[in-house]
Amino acid sequence: MKNIADYLKEERKQEWRADLRKQIKAKERTSRERTEMPEFDPEKRSHNYEEVNLGFGEEQALFEASRCLDCPDPTCISGCPVGINIPKFIKKIEANDYLGAAGVLKETNALPAVCGRVCPQEKQCELNCFYTTKLHKPAIPIGSLERFAADYERNSGQVAIPKVAASNGIKVAIVGSGPSGLSAAGDLAKMGYDVTVFEALHEIGGVLKYGIPEFRLPNEIVDVEIEVMRKMGVKFRTNFIVGRTASFDQLRAEGYQAFFIGSGAGLPKFMNIPGENFNGILSANEYLTRVNLMHAAHDDYDTPVLFGKNVAIIGGGNTAMDSVRTAKRLGAEHAMIIYRRSREEMPARVEEVHHALAEGIEFLNLNNPLEYFADENGRVNKMKLQKMELGEPDASGRRRPMPIVGSEYDVDVELVVIAVGTSPNPLLAQVMPEIEVTSWGTFKVNDETMQTSVPDIFAGGDIVRGGATVILAMGDGRKAAVGIDQYVQEKVNK
Amino acid sequence: MNKIVFKEFLSENVARIVVDAPEIAKSRKPGHFVIIKIGKKGERIPLTIADADEKAGTITLIVQKVGVTSAKLIALNIGDEITDLSGPLGKATDIKKIGTILCAGGGVGVAPLFPIVQGFKLAGNRVITVLAARNKDLVILEDEMKKYSDELIVMTDDGSSGKKGLVTLGMEEVIKREKIDEAVVIGPAIMMKFAALTTKKYDIPTQASLNTIMVDGTGMCGACRVTVGGETKFVCIDGPEFDAHKVDFDQMMKRLGAYKQDEVEAYENYLNS
Repeated sequence: MKNIADYLKEERKQEWRADLRKQIKAKERTSRERTEMPEFDPEKRSHNYEEVNLGFGEEQALFEASRCLDCPDPTCISGCPVGINIPKFIKKIEANDYLGAAGVLKETNALPAVCGRVCPQEKQCELNCFYTTKLHKPAIPIGSLERFAADYERNSGQVAIPKVAASNGIKVAIVGSGPSGLSAAGDLAKMGYDVTVFEALHEIGGVLKYGIPEFRLPNEIVDVEIEVMRKMGVKFRTNFIVGRTASFDQLRAEGYQAFFIGSGAGLPKFMNIPGENFNGILSANEYLTRVNLMHAAHDDYDTPVLFGKNVAIIGGGNTAMDSVRTAKRLGAEHAMIIYRRSREEMPARVEEVHHALAEGIEFLNLNNPLEYFADENGRVNKMKLQKMELGEPDASGRRRPMPIVGSEYDVDVELVVIAVGTSPNPLLAQVMPEIEVTSWGTFKVNDETMQTSVPDIFAGGDIVRGGATVILAMGDGRKAAVGIDQYVQEKVNK
Repeated sequence: MNKIVFKEFLSENVARIVVDAPEIAKSRKPGHFVIIKIGKKGERIPLTIADADEKAGTITLIVQKVGVTSAKLIALNIGDEITDLSGPLGKATDIKKIGTILCAGGGVGVAPLFPIVQGFKLAGNRVITVLAARNKDLVILEDEMKKYSDELIVMTDDGSSGKKGLVTLGMEEVIKREKIDEAVVIGPAIMMKFAALTTKKYDIPTQASLNTIMVDGTGMCGACRVTVGGETKFVCIDGPEFDAHKVDFDQMMKRLGAYKQDEVEAYENYLNS
């Protein structure tokens, strides 16, 4: 990785950045206190679908950009799965060149407006920021600045289309239009490949559309980023289930030289406890898909969704937070998180938990469902919970939840959303048994190239990881694009 | 894409629609279904493929008007397009030479049964088909079924065509008469429940093809889950065909009614619009 370090040094030496560093003394920069992202009023927002985080204004962005020291060894970058040149884009902001900042983001990130909203920066770039590691002060709000630059560009009406190399005429197929697929498609298009993205659903975007609610990521933002990719020459085919609508062999015969599979973790897990198939008990995938992709809460859309006064979401991850905050917005009086461990062990982003608390979400931590009950029509009306306590740490390093015998009690519920994780979708494994899988059903890949056991098939995102984040999926997509390029060039030049 | 090339009514509320879908026509097998969506604001519903013509690049859907989406689909005319159509989905029917197959279809369930009857016949089996409907006007695909069946029995509730009685009566007559190696039953959940009870009495291995509520149809949502032999299964990826003797039809019927209230209201609004 030496050449990247050299490249970053060269970039940092450029006159404009050297000048900028001199304008404010480091001591003055570090004395500035981090400001917070402005938020939409919690009471009002918990009844509508408006975006919760409002984004930085210009003044706030300039102030936060000025806190960045433009470190000689920018450790923040090591925390970014897609390797954004973080100090460079932040200094572009400080230099009032916001469009330039957006350009820097797009060098390595196909979806900056998305990542600026949904990345867990506190576990990535901001965790590795000099402020966090050495000064023990709040980090530069890198994610909020990323969002600022991307939003500025979008609102300016001057969305730049990244440079695309001359077409090499080589066809590559991307299976799935979620974050890993879009990221791979963007990078391959830049290299000059003839890229087609195949999507099983009727809309492009995968989890960004069906999963993440609009109050966190408006669909329109995803659409703008997809439009940029279209302009880069990426083709999209919806309602196309690779392996079903056409087989891999058919696509090979049509000239596709390589495939990237980013089909996601599309099989919801259930707990297999009594009563779980009653009406009104559904997976988070189903609940969120109905509301986000199918717009079920809007009267003029045909898809229905169930409502409840008392809604329980089982789970403590980001999907659980998205589901419970959706339930609140759809009118639940009691929107509850049921999680078997304590608040500290919850896998959800801290920001999401804070937002949920502010919106009046009830947290029933150290509680676990045992059974569901239903009325004569089969609609759930009650659940039995058991209280838990924390024992010794388990394999995950978190303290193991232990049931407290005799602590069972009943809670009224009309809607239960199960958000306890997903398994890899078996659809592709059914038609491509040649692809080696792990005991979890995830695809085995070479860590460097993302190549599967079938040489022309590469994979990334949740089909490889089980259940992870948008940005890790995007990192996989970028790696796979390099892997595919190497593979195809070797094949072609043989 | 997905242009309707032919449409005819088989009965007042049932239409045969032939759609341009060359890729699906090529890759589909008996037992497969598609997901359709009408209009930008439509819902996604599963429909079993009733037939396909690979040369012409078309598939045939047989649709009964039961709610908003089926009514919208039936209202489309030749030349119109189905906004979204994807597939083929589900596991294909396991078709091989077994011996004598008893195929029983009720109502519009006769449509998904047709490619299965055809498949078993072409694989060299003796195929006996029982078609059941409330009355003469609701009996569909009689001629097509006759072509691929060694024997065709029509049952109507009122006796206006064929014999008077339920599907189980016709099935039992055949079972008592000759050795049946396997049975396939497709129709409303209540019909499949009793058809399965009938074959169970005689220990005849029986497959039922289930049509449940689905959203994506690819395993993502789990709306289609059913209990089979005490285990939760997804109709879209584990099915749609299951061992009929193990399916919890009572639960399935309740789950089919999960959105009844919304569906009824939406349908009334649609009819009034």
